[in-house]
Formats: sequence, C-alpha cells, structure tokens
Amino acid sequence: MTDDTLKLWLIPLLPLIGAAINGLFGRRFKNGVVSAVALLFTAASFGWAAWAVYSIWPGGPKPHIETLFPWITAGSFSAPFGFYLDQLSMIMVLVVTGVGFLIHVYSVGYMAHEGGYYRFFAYLNLFMFFMLTLVLANNYLLMFVGWEGVGLASYLLIGFYFSKDSAANAGKKAFIVNRIGDFAFLIGMFLIIQHFGTLNYDGVFGKIAAGHFSPESGWGLFTVIGLCLLFGATGKSAQVPLYVWLPDAMEGPTPVSALIHAATMVTAGIYMIARSHAIFNLAPHALEIVAIIGCLTAIFAATMGLAQTDIKRVLAYSTVSQLGYMVMACGVAAYTAGIFHLMTHAFFKALLFLGAGSVIHAVGGEQDMRRMGGLRKKIPVTFWVVTAATFAIAGFPPLAGFVSKDQILGETFASPHAGKLLWAIGVITAGLTSFYMFRLWFMTFFGEYKPDADLGDAHLIQATPDAHSSSAHDDSHAGDDHSHGHGGVHESPWIMLAPLVILAVLSIGGGLVGWPQFLGGSNHFEHFLAPVMKPPTTGGEGVLTSTLVVRVLEDAVPEKKSESGELVLAGISVAAASLGLFFAWLLYFKKRDLPDRITSKIQGLYLTVLHKYYVDEGYGLLIVKPLLALSTVVFWRGVDQGVIDGMVNGAGSTSKGIGNQLRKMQSGNIRSYAAWVAIGGAAVIAYMVWLGVSK
Amino acid sequence: MVPLSWYLVLSAILFCLGIFGFLLKRNIITIFMSIELMLNAVNLSFVAFANYWNQHAGDPGVSVVPLSGHVFVFFVMVVAAAEAAVGLAIIISVFRTRETLNVDRVNLLKL
Repeated sequence: MTDDTLKLWLIPLLPLIGAAINGLFGRRFKNGVVSAVALLFTAASFGWAAWAVYSIWPGGPKPHIETLFPWITAGSFSAPFGFYLDQLSMIMVLVVTGVGFLIHVYSVGYMAHEGGYYRFFAYLNLFMFFMLTLVLANNYLLMFVGWEGVGLASYLLIGFYFSKDSAANAGKKAFIVNRIGDFAFLIGMFLIIQHFGTLNYDGVFGKIAAGHFSPESGWGLFTVIGLCLLFGATGKSAQVPLYVWLPDAMEGPTPVSALIHAATMVTAGIYMIARSHAIFNLAPHALEIVAIIGCLTAIFAATMGLAQTDIKRVLAYSTVSQLGYMVMACGVAAYTAGIFHLMTHAFFKALLFLGAGSVIHAVGGEQDMRRMGGLRKKIPVTFWVVTAATFAIAGFPPLAGFVSKDQILGETFASPHAGKLLWAIGVITAGLTSFYMFRLWFMTFFGEYKPDADLGDAHLIQATPDAHSSSAHDDSHAGDDHSHGHGGVHESPWIMLAPLVILAVLSIGGGLVGWPQFLGGSNHFEHFLAPVMKPPTTGGEGVLTSTLVVRVLEDAVPEKKSESGELVLAGISVAAASLGLFFAWLLYFKKRDLPDRITSKIQGLYLTVLHKYYVDEGYGLLIVKPLLALSTVVFWRGVDQGVIDGMVNGAGSTSKGIGNQLRKMQSGNIRSYAAWVAIGGAAVIAYMVWLGVSK
Repeated sequence: MVPLSWYLVLSAILFCLGIFGFLLKRNIITIFMSIELMLNAVNLSFVAFANYWNQHAGDPGVSVVPLSGHVFVFFVMVVAAAEAAVGLAIIISVFRTRETLNVDRVNLLKL
C-alpha cells in the first residue's frame, strides 16, 4: 500500500536543509544563528517523525510504504526511492531524532568555544539526514546509501580536529575498516538481487513468507546471505573482528561520540540484522555465528575496558561490549530484545558520553581518570545523572539497562543453540561491565581531586600509540580546548545539563515500556514489535516447504520459559552486577593501593589487556604491512609506475623521438630546404621518365 | 638543323649548374647568379619548344597558339629584372649591416 499522506520524506529532508544552510553559508553566520538553524531543523524533523508515528499509532500488521519515484531501473530489476514505516522503523526514527535533538542542544553548549562551529553543526545535521535515510529506506539499496552516508559523516566528525594527526588517522581508520564490512554487505545485496530479483523489503520478505524457497535451493543461500549481512554489520556496529575503529573514533568531539559512536550510527548493524530477520530465521547456522560473534565481542571488549584510563575509551569499549549484547540477542532470534536494548542503550550510553563530556569540560580538557577524582561535590548535577546512567548500564533494577539486558540474557538462556554457554559468558560480561563502570564512577567522582597526579606507569604507557596521542593531546589542547578562562572545576551551563537530565529520566524510566511479565509488567515493547517480528505466515504453495519453514522457525524461536526460572536468571544477573559494584568499591574506593599491587603481580596479563590484546598491532603485522608492501611493490611500482605510467610516458617519448628525427629536416638552413626541393623535383622527374620508358 | 633534344639537353645542363651553384656556393652574389642561370635555362627550353611546334604547325593533330612560348620568355625576363632589382638592393643592405656576403653568416633568424 502506497500513499503519501505522511510525507515521510520530510523527516530526512529537514536535517539536510539545515546541513545545506549551515554548510554553505554558516561561515558568515554568528554562532547563535548556526545553532538556531541546526536545532530548528532537527526539532522539526523530530516533530514530524513524532506526528507521523502518532498518526498511524500503533501501526497495523502491514507497514506504511511511501514510494516517491523509481530510482534505478535495469531490466527487470528496479529499486525505488521510497520510505517504509513500520513498528521497527518507528522506534529507530524516534530514537535517532529524539536523542539526536538532545545531543544537538548539548553541543550548543559544549562546542561554544570551538573553532569550526558551523562546520560541526553542518556535519551533525548531515549525519541526521543519512541516518534517517538508513532507517526509513524501503529497500536495501537506499539503506546502503544511508549506511555509506553515516560512514562519511562519521569520518568527517572523527577527523573534526583535522589538524591533529591522531584525529585524522582515526577518521581514516574508521572509514577504511568500515569499507571492509560494506564490501560484504554489497555481496549480500547482489545475492539478494540474484535470487529475489528485488531489494525491496516487502518484495524480499513477501517472497520468503510465501514459501518460494525449497530447502535445496534456499538453505545454503540464506546462510551465505546472512553471513554477508552479518559481516557488513560487524563493520558498522564494531563487532569482532572489525571493532578496532570504534575506540579510536573517540578522537572526535564528545557529542559526536555520544550521537554517532554510541547511540545511533553503530546500531545500524543491529537494525539491519533485525530488519533482515526473515532471512536470518531461514539460516540457523548464520544465526549461530551471529550469536557467537556478539558474545565474543561482548566479553572481549568488556575485558579491554577494564584497564583503560581514558574516560572516553572506557565508554568506547563499553559501547562495543553492549553492541555485542545486541548482536547476541539477534543471534538467538530475540530481535525484539536486541532492539529494546538498542533503545535503552541509546539513552544511557548517550547520557554517559555527554556526562563524560561535562566532566571533561569541568576539569579543563583532561581525559585521564587518574587525574580526576572527588568531583561529586563540585559538579553535583553531572554526578547524579552519570550515577543514574552507571546504575542503568550495570543492570540494577528497575533502571532501563536492567530490563533490556535481562531480557537478552533470558532469551539467550532459553535458546536451543548452546544457549547456556552464551548465557554464562553474558552474565560474566555483565559483571565486568558493572565493575569497569563503577571503577569509572569511583575514580571520577570519589576520593580527592588530583589534577596534577603523576601517572607513575609512564614507562608502561610509552609503548602504546594511543597513549602517545592522548598525552600529545594533553600538551597541546589544540582542538578540544576547554581551558578557556576559568580558574577551577565548574559545573557545565544549563544548556548542556538539560539534555542530561532528560536522558537521565529516560535511562531510569525507559525500561518500563518493556517491563517483563514475570515482574508484573506487560512488556508493551514486545507486543508493539510483534507484528514486524512475527514468524511469516505460510503461503499456499509448497506444503512441504512451508512446514519446513515453520519447523526451522519453531526451532529458532526460544521455548517458553517458566516465570520462576526467569526470576532466578534475573537474580543471577543482578548478583553479577552487585559483585562488580563490590569489587570496584573495594579496589577503587576502600583500598586504593590494591589495584597497583594486583597489576604488578600480574603485570604480563595487565600489559596485554592494557594494550588491548595487541589486536591493533596484530592487524598491522598480518594485514596492513603485507598489503602495504604488496601495494608498494606490485601495484605502485609495478602496475602503476611500470604499466600505466609506462604506457602513457611511452606514447609521449615515442612521439618525441619521431619528432626529434623529423625535426632535423627543418633546420632553418635555406640551402638544405632547397636541396630537399631539388631532390623532390628530381624524384618527380625520374618517376615521369620511368612512366614514359615503361609505356 | 639542330634537333630539339640538343637544346633540351643544354637547358638541363644549365639548370643543373644553376641548382648546384645555388646549393653549394656561399657567396650571395653567386647564388643570385645561379638563380638567373636556372631562369634562363628554362627560357631556353621555352624558346626551343616554341620553334619546334611552329615547324610542325601544319601536321595533323597539332594546334599551335602563335607566340605562346615567346610570351612566357618575355614574362620571365620581366620578372627576373624586377627580382634582380629587389634582390640586389637586399644584398647591398645585407652587406651594409653584416659586412659579409657569406650566407652561412646571415642566419640570425635560425633557431
């Protein structure tokens, strides 16, 4: 059903207009005008999205599709330019515009004293445009446009302080690592085109629902498509093995880390997997790999977060770990739980990043937690909102993080595919999450403020390239300059605090919409998403196929759990979180010398974790260096300089050589010209004589 | 009577002498004289042919325009006289500025 009553195209278009105005003319505007334009168009986009959602609430079993015009048509294939609003994209579009608007408001305060103010807001609005295109697209190709566009915006914003080497490099790293994932996404799309003949969601999922695919033709194909899409998602959503770009992406301004690298863009991969759940449901093996990747990422990133001392990097690894949870949820076919965690994570992680930004702002640009401490009294509002977010992410009831995380763990436990093992790792990760988040909390807000602390283990840090960049950052303050004319620690202005408070309320209460049944709730969230995530209705043709589809689906959908069992599971995850809190309290509040003693005992392990398991170095050695050598020797010196330059230069030097020879005829010597004329005349005469003789 | 071919051979010899003089001599006056020699070699062949065709005026298949060869000769003479006047003036001015008549030294326009 296509109708344009909602004018969905306005939702992404409005931020684009804002980006165009600020990008083209912002240089001449005052900062106030720039922020007014940016906020106005983002707010308008949010308003329109809210109106569109409100007017079709709660959404029928069928999505609302608006096709604007045919975009690419080739033979029987055609990809329209159209938008698609169902329950899933409703949630995404509201999260993106809502959280995005709050972060825009915050940025007005945070970026107030930065150079390139208009550039920042133009990029931010551009990001909103692409992200909304991504979540509202009605086919994979248009989604891919948004997918690439947010990558571009991410690149521009990570490298916002482009005069700083580390920022420019981090931007390039993010862009290149994402290209690797995008390649797989493209291959997946090609396979979909080949076997479905269309990229439209309704076309693809309709064909699956109608049971057009027999086990012989379909199963392996779906596994391959699923794996390709998964690999695409590992790039954008920072999963193992392509997560390496996200921690480096923290070089960007803090609001960017909050909006793009925590709340919205990095969840695009989860959205894509959830959107393609029909395909994944037909590929149990692909789903298992999704779950394994998610689980690995969760625990791997959580352990790396333990040793970080840069406040933003702790949050970055925490983001990677939480994204791992979401992917794991998708992997056990609990897409609803994954999307739910996506939403609550957007609230509390955006809040954590913005709170960290407020802390950094307060202490004058310092990012190392060892130089913080005791900030509880000095910045009380920031302290309270970060406390809310910390308890939320650690998973204490009744905050948002508890509800969604518990739902994921419960679904994982019930999954028939190695669910118990994945669940155990998930619970350990929850404990680790709680530990490193409370470590951050204690180090930042408790104890004494020690801005000039001697970072004793400088000799350990010297080896890490990241630490180099952060120390260089401390020295120069070139970009992230917050040392503007203030004496001591101070609370941020209200334009920054207001979004924090709103997000704190959402972090505390956001879980209520999905409050589980075993705790007396009704889980509105799951019922709301049910029409999208429901198993496809079996079509008429191919009874055998249909029953098989149903069987596979029943296999993948978790069995019904008992309520007391769920209570026990929830109790265990809360216990893990409490344990993490206890140890963080013990190590970073009660006995502050203990961490150093422990790390010196297990220095080898500590160093390995501090260096993030040497993954970056390993990638450098195994992939970057060989590729660089291959490119240098074969493609640059061999193909480019040898063949291509050789051909071009050869054409040039050949004509030059011929010209050099011919040039000698034109010596400028009159008598040699005369000689040529005479010889030519003689030749003509000789020819005529020969003609006469031979007659 | 002297046959046509003799005149033509003499004309060719004179023409070749002119060519070689033009090509090999360095003195600008000599080159100028060589050009005159070539012109007059051509004049000789014009006159020889004119005479030849007049003798065969009555033969079948031959139509003669009276005096056509001679007219060309006079024409060439006029042009040669004009050329001599201009050329000698140039030679004099070249000699005044360069103080030489060697063409190899008159090469300022050469790259």
